[in-house]
Amino acid sequence: MPPSTKPTRRKVLVQGTAALAFLTARPAFAEPEDMEKAILDFTGGVAVTPGKVKIEVAPLVENGNSVTLGVRVESPMTTAYHVKTIALFNEKNPQPQIARFHLGPRAGRAAVETRIRLATTQHLTAIARLSDGSLWSDTVEVIVTIAACTED
Amino acid sequence: MMFPERHSRNNIEPSSDFYLPAFFIAVLFAINLSPVPFMAVRAAEIPLAQRQSGFELMQAETQAMQRNDLSNPAMLWVREGEKLWDEKPGENGQSCVACHGVVTGMAGVAASYPTLDTASGRPIDLTGRIQQCRTDRQRASAWPRESRALLAMASLIGLQSRGMPIMPAPDPISKAGAARGKALFNQRVGQLNLSCAQCHDDNWGRKLGSATIPQGHPTGYPIYRLEWQGVGSLQRRLRNCLAGVRAEAFPFGADALIDLELFLMERAAGMTVETPAVRP
Amino acid sequence: MASALIDAPKTAKRGEIITLRALVSHQMETGYRREISGAVIPRLIIHTFTCHYDGEEIFRADLFPAMAANPLIAFTTVATRSEPLVFRWLDDAGVAITETVQLVVTA
Repeated sequence: MPPSTKPTRRKVLVQGTAALAFLTARPAFAEPEDMEKAILDFTGGVAVTPGKVKIEVAPLVENGNSVTLGVRVESPMTTAYHVKTIALFNEKNPQPQIARFHLGPRAGRAAVETRIRLATTQHLTAIARLSDGSLWSDTVEVIVTIAACTED
Repeated sequence: MMFPERHSRNNIEPSSDFYLPAFFIAVLFAINLSPVPFMAVRAAEIPLAQRQSGFELMQAETQAMQRNDLSNPAMLWVREGEKLWDEKPGENGQSCVACHGVVTGMAGVAASYPTLDTASGRPIDLTGRIQQCRTDRQRASAWPRESRALLAMASLIGLQSRGMPIMPAPDPISKAGAARGKALFNQRVGQLNLSCAQCHDDNWGRKLGSATIPQGHPTGYPIYRLEWQGVGSLQRRLRNCLAGVRAEAFPFGADALIDLELFLMERAAGMTVETPAVRP
Repeated sequence: MASALIDAPKTAKRGEIITLRALVSHQMETGYRREISGAVIPRLIIHTFTCHYDGEEIFRADLFPAMAANPLIAFTTVATRSEPLVFRWLDDAGVAITETVQLVVTA
């Protein structure tokens, strides 16, 4: 029996998936190496230790256009020993930087909250620079769901 | 917006990328690959006891955004509306406040729109009424549909009805409009050949992609939608849905959209106004 | 027509740590979107946010396009004196938005 040219259910499925793959292939996301480079620019090569920093964010978000995110750093926030800067980085947005928050002993607490954009599911890193020059970090993964009905 | 591939927004023409999600849905339907038995038919209409606002489906962070007025970005529009309420835009120096008094006096107004416009004998929506005031009473130019100022004014007036029950207009002309709207709601349209009812009556609560299908009640408009990164009207939402099923959307202000608004208000009668709501 | 909303206590005890939440209207155009014609929509974001209180800058943020539209920034400060809290946003076009709230500090 000659192979049929009639579109079978399986063929349609395969072709449909191929078309989807083609349409979803996008450039313009930054690569994880870009985040590493941006972090290096911030740290100047000083070693970063995981700890003291805590990113608070939902593990799964329903829209990447506005993701509520908090960062806390364990610190007495005294004149002698405090957090100077909290820098936020992402892996796969077009640019690896998100924000840098500069604070000091008058903050009382090392805690910030904001809303950010996430282009896709990816890792986020927060790095805190303390007054003694040490660097501390936390990294989390956030899953960004994609709505089926995107419009306008 | 960080999505370089999803750039069609306010004032920007849809690009070809725009069709990706619709295409995705089309594929799901064409090959019946839906992760849930999507076309499963439930009740024809939602029982009163089961009606719920889309607020209930949102994740906690998004709910928190709506709960606190100082966290809700829509309140930025309300704040702008407060300034506009006192402005005298036209040559006759007439302001909103000069006729209507303090804006809190507008309590309950938005809860009953669209309603009958006695002058024209046709139903008019809140946006249309604001425009009528602008052009006829204030001798000023109408604001463009979905403009920041118009949404700011509609948000301000809508907020005054927050917490009040939706009261559909009782006059026969508005009721006739709602009946036409109901027919539209149940009519299959677009290349996906879907009616509003098939999603929002028959399959609410189920998943479409990762999103839960809401019942589609107009309790919070104008809304701040994360997807829009701004405030938009119910008509924008309706046009989005029409585009989603790949139907040609009615133009802003079309009678058909006002009929749909009338029906949705009837369908949500007694539900609580949330304006200005936040939605994903 | 920009507007801002500040969530701050009206009064605080001296030494109390208070939370300040600042929300401002801005599209935060990323510079990565395109018109249908293919033309890039130029970047237009708030790049700097500051808060001044009791004699000095107590908080500053450098912002990038990954900040959400209508950005919210929340932080804390120690109530020291009855002085205004001055919030300032500066965007790529050089437009500055300033919002001031008065804080009354009790002993």
